[in-house]
Amino acid sequence: MTSFVKPNINLKNAKRNALGLTRHDYEGAMSTLCAGCGHDSVTACMAKAFFELSIEPHNAVKISGIGCSSKTTAYFLREAHGINTVHGRMPSVATGAAAANAGLTYIGVSGDGDSLSIGMGQFAHAIRRNVNMLYVLENNGVYGLTKGQFSASADVGSKSKKGEVNLSPPIDPVTLALSLGATFVARAFSGDREQLVPLIKAGLKHNGFGLIDIISPCVSFNDHVGSTKSYAHTYKYYHPAVHADYVPMNEEIKTSYQAGEAMPVELHDGGSIILRKIDEDYNPRDRGAAYAQITERASKGEIVTGLLYIDETQDDMAAMNRLTSRPLNTLPYDELCPGEAALADLQTLYR
Amino acid sequence: MSNAPNINDFVIKVGNVNGTGSSSANGLLMKSIFRMGVPVVGKNVFPSNIQGLPTWYEIRVTGEGYGARSGVVDMMVAMNSNTYARDIAELRPGGVLIYDSTWPRQHVLSRKDVTVLGAPFAQMCNATFSAARSRVLMKNMAYIGAVAALLDIDPDIIRGLVREMFAKKPKLVDLNMQAIALGYDYAKEHFDCPLAFRVEKMDKTAGKIMIDGNTAAGLGCVYAGATVGAWYPITPSTSLMDAFKSWCEKFRIDPKTGEHNYCIIQAEDELSAIGMVLGASWNGARSFTPTSGPGISLMSEFIGYAYYAEIPLVLFDVQRVGPSTGMPTRTQQGDVQLCAYASHGDTRHILLFPAHPGECFTMAADAFDLAERYQTPVFVLSDIDIGMNDWMVDELHWDDARQPDRGKVLNAQEIEKLDKFYRYRDPDGDGIAWRTLPGTHPKGAYFTRGSGHNADGGYTENETEYQEILDRLHRKWQGAAVHVPAPIVRPASGGKARWGIIAYGSSDCAVLEACDALAKEGLHLDYMRIRGFPFNDDVARFTEAHEQVFVVEQNRDAQMRGLMLLETEIPRAKLVSLLHYSGEPLTSHFVQNFVEAHVRKAAKTEASA
Repeated sequence: MTSFVKPNINLKNAKRNALGLTRHDYEGAMSTLCAGCGHDSVTACMAKAFFELSIEPHNAVKISGIGCSSKTTAYFLREAHGINTVHGRMPSVATGAAAANAGLTYIGVSGDGDSLSIGMGQFAHAIRRNVNMLYVLENNGVYGLTKGQFSASADVGSKSKKGEVNLSPPIDPVTLALSLGATFVARAFSGDREQLVPLIKAGLKHNGFGLIDIISPCVSFNDHVGSTKSYAHTYKYYHPAVHADYVPMNEEIKTSYQAGEAMPVELHDGGSIILRKIDEDYNPRDRGAAYAQITERASKGEIVTGLLYIDETQDDMAAMNRLTSRPLNTLPYDELCPGEAALADLQTLYR
Repeated sequence: MSNAPNINDFVIKVGNVNGTGSSSANGLLMKSIFRMGVPVVGKNVFPSNIQGLPTWYEIRVTGEGYGARSGVVDMMVAMNSNTYARDIAELRPGGVLIYDSTWPRQHVLSRKDVTVLGAPFAQMCNATFSAARSRVLMKNMAYIGAVAALLDIDPDIIRGLVREMFAKKPKLVDLNMQAIALGYDYAKEHFDCPLAFRVEKMDKTAGKIMIDGNTAAGLGCVYAGATVGAWYPITPSTSLMDAFKSWCEKFRIDPKTGEHNYCIIQAEDELSAIGMVLGASWNGARSFTPTSGPGISLMSEFIGYAYYAEIPLVLFDVQRVGPSTGMPTRTQQGDVQLCAYASHGDTRHILLFPAHPGECFTMAADAFDLAERYQTPVFVLSDIDIGMNDWMVDELHWDDARQPDRGKVLNAQEIEKLDKFYRYRDPDGDGIAWRTLPGTHPKGAYFTRGSGHNADGGYTENETEYQEILDRLHRKWQGAAVHVPAPIVRPASGGKARWGIIAYGSSDCAVLEACDALAKEGLHLDYMRIRGFPFNDDVARFTEAHEQVFVVEQNRDAQMRGLMLLETEIPRAKLVSLLHYSGEPLTSHFVQNFVEAHVRKAAKTEASA
């Protein structure tokens, strides 16, 4: 298991973004995950989203913990710094990094083991702080690297590959995040790129903590009959409720949405997220109603997906701390050090 | 034992109940002596509790300017009837005990060889003040008044200090002065004032300040240019972040916009606090966390990560008594080995040992330079004695020409010139690789990992590539030996000494005083104070030059001695452990008595051989 360099093939006629970069410029090392792994689809979607948003790769930062999902930060954006931290601790490193330089785009990639067991405390507190980052949770209900133990997101009654039945209730990152005051909460499925790419774009542009819980089946240990995180099960029960599209500031909002269905949410950067209801009864602007809908549907086995809640009005961590608009890591030393004269002066207090 | 109490040479101890505001009253007493130009030492021995348990405050008046506890008590102010028995027993023969005679306790306070003075502090305060809380608080001010009269402390100085103390609440100035007068006048009227041992004005505090180590360390972080602090509250390190915050509020808020040029994050636990520091440092901001032993235990996983992935970290460990929760408000040097090798696998770290608040300031700044130069964790090992007590130290100074050592960080122009950037190569042969910061340049990107990696920064499970990195990390760490603060040697006054003594951190002043006392008896010791780890060659050389060396430590397991045996070729028999681990700050008498006993025993063995 070594990292392989992917050949960098830039086709002559490849589509270029506003920076003149192609899709290939947003790729990383060759994936070492199993063939058919849901995570590889998610990786491709993340690369595509960054490409379409024309974010310079080196102005993005990829952060992860430990697990299959956490390995994927090596597989996209080769020109971005990446940091594979320790198990369950990605949120704290992302928080510190965002404090040091609020000017970069932060994407954290984690899994259900990393986020909902060992790392649940840090996951919860990063939400409370509204750290300006996108948190991608690749959720497959199973520990892959240690060969098939249930994770905390496994549903009651779901069967392991060895035939064991899970009896403990699952932790749902979406309703958990809603209850903790998250400002951007989405659920998606690795098998639906049409839905996922725009969600990642919206999450990257959201000012604050964005969570996308992505059902991403584990082909080696949790894709069998009896598993509720398999491709077949997810295809059967997933239910898109709200579609989201990101529209940059200068782009005219398309009018193809039927009146009454499209809801624009204005973002801090001047762009907008256009919410399009697929399910008429669902309201992504009401935290309590969203929570009720999701849990009620879940009790019937339905997996509600899309941008399930957004609140663009809350301060992010930088604003809560009244941070200067200049990145802290660029402040010149002479502005930071008060100097000898001030030192002499302040010591009158101690005489 | 030391001489009888004398003018400007005695110890006052106050026994009280915590949560009654006695600590600020005692601080006032200490500072008024300091303002009379007389050196003074204060030790607050308090419980891990908010209100109602016994607390003591020891003030040593020391015209000679020693910094430690002496180990005796000449005047006891007994304000807690629950500890009367213990308090009177601690007084030296001929000492003076003052107590609140509102409730007479003759049977407990009967000791023929001490003078017992009763003053009805509670009664007087109850007659003067109406609010319940102020009656409690003012009782403390009343005993300060009585002590001031007995010790001949200048009332004008006290008044000046009270005015400063309550500058923002002028109403309280009169109230407090009234309470002080109650005690002062009562003592003048009923006791023989002043006592034979008392305070006389000197000129020995010019150029000195009284400050605690946590305040000084927080200030050092500001001067070092730290911008991110992450922490989880834990006694006794909390006041370090409180200090950093208040210094930042003074120096780092833009007066026009109100924007902060710093970010302080109270984490959910120590695991997260160190993760935040790591993230901020990796991203190029100077960042730190203050904690204590239990926090270091929790942070160990990330400390190993930072060592292996080569990320600067600055940690302040304000040590308290362990193991486990231990005695959170008592002092010890119990984390030396924990910090030296924190985390699993082969890890070694850089340690700094400040001996007083002045060094907390300078070493805080040094710690950031070392962490960034060596891209590794650096620990500043203070303790509760240094961190939370006010010490008299030389005024702090800052060299305005000093620039931070940010270490080997490539800027955009430098990266542009490279064909390709390799994170963990050693082009300069000093074991230190070049690093890049996110957002600098597309060619500067690399992947940081705690898993096996090679010199190019790629993942590896190849044995040669793995060992190459591990060996370089060791070379890098060894290189730090000449850049950590060097040991300080004070040679014996009487020529070549047979015995040496080594100490570090807050043991310093007790050892200095003990050496002086021993020299008067004709026993001369060379003294070396260790200030950093890895050890430079001076440590082994000093040991070689003596028949035996005492190693003074405030822990049970002789942790520094253990480090010396592990890291140098010093023979075991050369190092004699002198250990004090009760949780109270070390006294000079303890050191002196131990050395005397050991030397006597050695002489006896030689004579019989």
